[in-house]
Amino acid sequence: MITRFLIQGMDKRGLVFLAVLVALAVLVPLANLLLPPGSILHVPTSAMSLWGKYLCYALLAISLDLVWGYCGILSLGHGAFFALGGYAMGMYLMRQIGSRGTYGNPILPDFMVFLNWSELPWYWYGFSSFPFAVLMVLAVPGLLAFVFGWFAFRSRVTGVYLSIITQALTYALLLAFFRNDMGFGGNNGLTDFKEIVGFNVQAQSTRAALFSMTCVMLIAGFLIARGIVSSKLGKVVIAIRDAESRTRFLGYRVDRFKLFVFTVSACMAGVAGALYVPQVGIINPSEFAPANSIETVIWVAVGGRGTLVGAALGAVVVNYAKTVFTSGFMAPYWLFALGALFVFVTIFMPKGILGTAQDWWARRKAPPEASPAAEPAPAE
Amino acid sequence: MRFVSCLLRMIALATLLALQPGAASAQGSPQAAEEAFTRLGADSFSDTNRAIEILIANAHPQAAVIIEALADGRLLAGGGAVVVKTKDGKLLDAKTGAALASEPPGLSAVRLNNGVRRTIQAALGGLGLLNPDAGKRIAAAEAVFKSRDASLLPVLEGAIAKESDARAKAALRQAQAAILIAKPDAPPFDRIAAVDVLRERGDQDALATLRSLPGDSSAGLREAQGRAVSAIESKLALWRAGQNLWYGLSLGSVLLLAAIGLAITFGVMGVINMAHGEMVMLGAYTTFIVQELIRTRFPGLFDYSLLIAVPLAFLVAGLVGIAIERGVIRFLYGRPLETLLATWGISLILQQAVRTAFGPTNREVGAPNFMSGAFEIGQLAITWNRLWIIVFAGLVFAALLAILKLTPIGLQMRAVTQNRRMASAMGIRTGRVDALTFGLGSGVAGLAGVALSQIDNVSPNLGQSYIIDSFMVVVFGGVGNLWGTLVGAMTLGIANKLLEPYAGAVLGKIALLVFIILFIQKRPRGLFAQKGRAVEA
Amino acid sequence: MNAPVPGALTSSLLYLDGVSVSFDGFKAIRGLSLTIEPGEMRAIIGPNGAGKTTMMDIITGKTKPDVGTVMFGGSVDLTKLDEAAIANLGIGRKFQKPTVFDFHTIEDNILLALKSKRTVARTLFWKTAAADAKRIDDILGIIKLGDARDRLAGSLSHGQKQWLEIGMLLAQDPKLLLVDEPAAGMTDGETAETAVLLKEIARDHSVIVVEHDMGFIRELGVKVTVLHEGSVLAEGPLDQVSANERVVEVYLGR
Repeated sequence: MITRFLIQGMDKRGLVFLAVLVALAVLVPLANLLLPPGSILHVPTSAMSLWGKYLCYALLAISLDLVWGYCGILSLGHGAFFALGGYAMGMYLMRQIGSRGTYGNPILPDFMVFLNWSELPWYWYGFSSFPFAVLMVLAVPGLLAFVFGWFAFRSRVTGVYLSIITQALTYALLLAFFRNDMGFGGNNGLTDFKEIVGFNVQAQSTRAALFSMTCVMLIAGFLIARGIVSSKLGKVVIAIRDAESRTRFLGYRVDRFKLFVFTVSACMAGVAGALYVPQVGIINPSEFAPANSIETVIWVAVGGRGTLVGAALGAVVVNYAKTVFTSGFMAPYWLFALGALFVFVTIFMPKGILGTAQDWWARRKAPPEASPAAEPAPAE
Repeated sequence: MRFVSCLLRMIALATLLALQPGAASAQGSPQAAEEAFTRLGADSFSDTNRAIEILIANAHPQAAVIIEALADGRLLAGGGAVVVKTKDGKLLDAKTGAALASEPPGLSAVRLNNGVRRTIQAALGGLGLLNPDAGKRIAAAEAVFKSRDASLLPVLEGAIAKESDARAKAALRQAQAAILIAKPDAPPFDRIAAVDVLRERGDQDALATLRSLPGDSSAGLREAQGRAVSAIESKLALWRAGQNLWYGLSLGSVLLLAAIGLAITFGVMGVINMAHGEMVMLGAYTTFIVQELIRTRFPGLFDYSLLIAVPLAFLVAGLVGIAIERGVIRFLYGRPLETLLATWGISLILQQAVRTAFGPTNREVGAPNFMSGAFEIGQLAITWNRLWIIVFAGLVFAALLAILKLTPIGLQMRAVTQNRRMASAMGIRTGRVDALTFGLGSGVAGLAGVALSQIDNVSPNLGQSYIIDSFMVVVFGGVGNLWGTLVGAMTLGIANKLLEPYAGAVLGKIALLVFIILFIQKRPRGLFAQKGRAVEA
Repeated sequence: MNAPVPGALTSSLLYLDGVSVSFDGFKAIRGLSLTIEPGEMRAIIGPNGAGKTTMMDIITGKTKPDVGTVMFGGSVDLTKLDEAAIANLGIGRKFQKPTVFDFHTIEDNILLALKSKRTVARTLFWKTAAADAKRIDDILGIIKLGDARDRLAGSLSHGQKQWLEIGMLLAQDPKLLLVDEPAAGMTDGETAETAVLLKEIARDHSVIVVEHDMGFIRELGVKVTVLHEGSVLAEGPLDQVSANERVVEVYLGR
């Protein structure tokens, strides 16, 4: 049943995407570890980590596409789930430091010693165990999404109202995590990690493994998302996006379907955050900034919402562009470019790169009269 | 210590004597005065102390001037001369107060140590209580109230008997009461009366003085003190609540200014303008530019700079708003979520543009005279700039209300808010209404920028810090109703400030955000929502 | 008027009594009483603003009445249930403006409507059984869209969308169908075919049809209820109600 669920509705585009990811997962670490630095095919560790970061963003984008592209929920707070997953992983990594911290306290992380705390807060218990941390990576964002969604969807908060309160959610968390007495390192967040499951996080081989792991999780996330949207539940969810009230009159409990998709998506975002933290080496409250969440939305819009592959593509393309832009003399113009991208995509390319390419391909392949005559207007 | 108190007593006695003009002049022997100046010239701490005593005891006509100069380090001595240097640098003969033609050689400032300073302070307190100016007497009484210097009691009693000014008399009585409270050997009846006087005064200082009542006081006194303390505490709590309410009103009016333009555009067009905060920022920068121009070209007009900036800020932000509507939003009708994204993009561009033009740092916008300073009502401290911002917010609100209710374009806006298709069918050019609405909303944001330039940093990020709060106000207050925005802004502003003392600024804000998130579940369309079938559709 | 007899309460499929609802002071429905028997087909007519759509909103749970009783199957209080629960009880609704899922194929539209468990888990791991596939084929045949099954519903003509919606109703297999203006925007031929289709459906379902088209009502040949200003003005065979003086007055404004 599970296999059928995961492979149903797999199309050519999805297969290509999977093939690319599998190739990346195998070839990039090999090229990094086995080829000498002089070789033209050698992948430097820094580049590998950078692309690992992009792929984490791609997973985040897929999770957002699941709720926005398919269910019509424009979440402006998905960065919160990403950051919570990241913090859960960060807490595990902090506990792994043990007595190697600056203050050498075997239990307390440095920032707690600095704040004169005498014992570990209860919510840090258990994070010394990797399986527990992994569970929390899924459970914390999932639970938050569930509770938040349970309230919001039951009272039928939709459209821009929903978007605004998701933004308020991540903003509230941003303020909370900035506080020192929350016990998450305040302004500085969690950093100076040493080991993950016994391996040095800085080591080249660990980084290669993390990169492969990111590819694997992206594949898993894509398959799950693909499976959901191709199932009958996916059809219900699209129906909710296009005619929520009509779906309700067919007997579907709209709030439960939204809640399911929203929660799954939040867990996925949490995993993305958890993979992101060991690769960039830090997690701090700025990950909760509302601007981050909105930027994620634009990745999805650029790639093409409601396509999953497009969302991942958009995340990689926009972030690659950001890296190129902000590292050179054009740095001051990056925000101009990003702003213009928002405007351009929404007005001229509402279907994104993938959707536009698809239309173009369809028009080329089929004679005009055979193409669907009255293409329905894009719904919100 | 005993030495000091002994000294103080002598000084007090001396001042008392100085009260009686006849006695003073009888005492004022030229020899004694000479001795004082010799001792000042000697510049040793004990001599200086003695000199002060002599000056006071003899009620030397120059005593006040000399002691003040000594306290400020403006008393110079050397080569047998003692000279007072005035604050504007003139030199006077200390003995006579006559101006000196030339500076005597070898002058140096008479030195001070803590003992001398204490002597000076006590002397000044005693001198001030008898100052002919009632304001100075009140200030002196306040000083005694704080120092609770028991040696000044006789002086105080004399001063009270002589006092004719009601406020000065009250101040003197309070000073006397403060001393009596701390003085175990004073008559019990007087001390209970002193408790009443302090209770009457009823501020933080009175409370502190009452609390300092020695523990071994009589039961009756302690009971009176207990009652007075709780009475003052509840009174002070009321004042504090009043002060927080005032801060809340002030914050509420800022939120109102920032949110009301957003409420209009959201109400009429169903569009969330994420660049609204940047309109506020443009208003603030317009104010900055106007002020810079006035500073460099027409310094005399400085006090009018804000007045001049108001219409300009409205125009600048309004025109940018219309440009955004015509250039971008027009193409995104019926797609509110995409409008949200596009306007976010515009906000990034505007921020970066301002950062490029003016730099990323804060710009200084000065306050004109009428907006500087503060005044007090009872225990309330009220700053002029906050007061003017509240007034300004009220004016803007009234003007908008008038525009919507009384003008044809207002009627059209309301029609489009309620039923866009119907309005369009009736021949209202909805496109024009949209553009003007957007211009108006943005213009009002510009006005908010003028006000915010007075209380916040003018930086490219100015708008970002208000945008989420503004959304909360609009979402909370409900759409399509200005009164909803007013109630929303004031409620959130006041709630924020009332929560702050208990939860702290950040937790208070988080609590409010959570409250609004929960509130939206209950009333998805806000406090003052429109009802009916049309809304459902 | 159907006096509410206690015995009838249990035998009626749908039972409305003394239902009122107002929006911002405007009484859309005032003291409406109506009963539908199992297997009955009823036509409801009335001028604009008579409360026809609001009545349907109340039955399907979109609007809660201020006062009054709304019972289904003699025992279920519909005012306590939401739209989804009411739909799952067996009340299907076709909207005045045809509402289909534009971005789904015609087949998927029917599949979504097909009677089945509506839970998250069931839909997530749904596999179309042979019986379901046959049912979908049958319905596509009935609504004459079998050849277009893979087209997006958004590309259908207005009349086709109306039929697709009726097909979705059939797929739901409800006990009671609420059909709002099924003939609106159709050609005469299509209208006649729709009437035949509805009569076909009425054989084994209860149906309430709201319609303006008198010819269509005549075609159906069923009992008619006339609504006016939120309550029942007249009830009976079409010829009888169209002879009713007050009905004539309301329609012609005399």
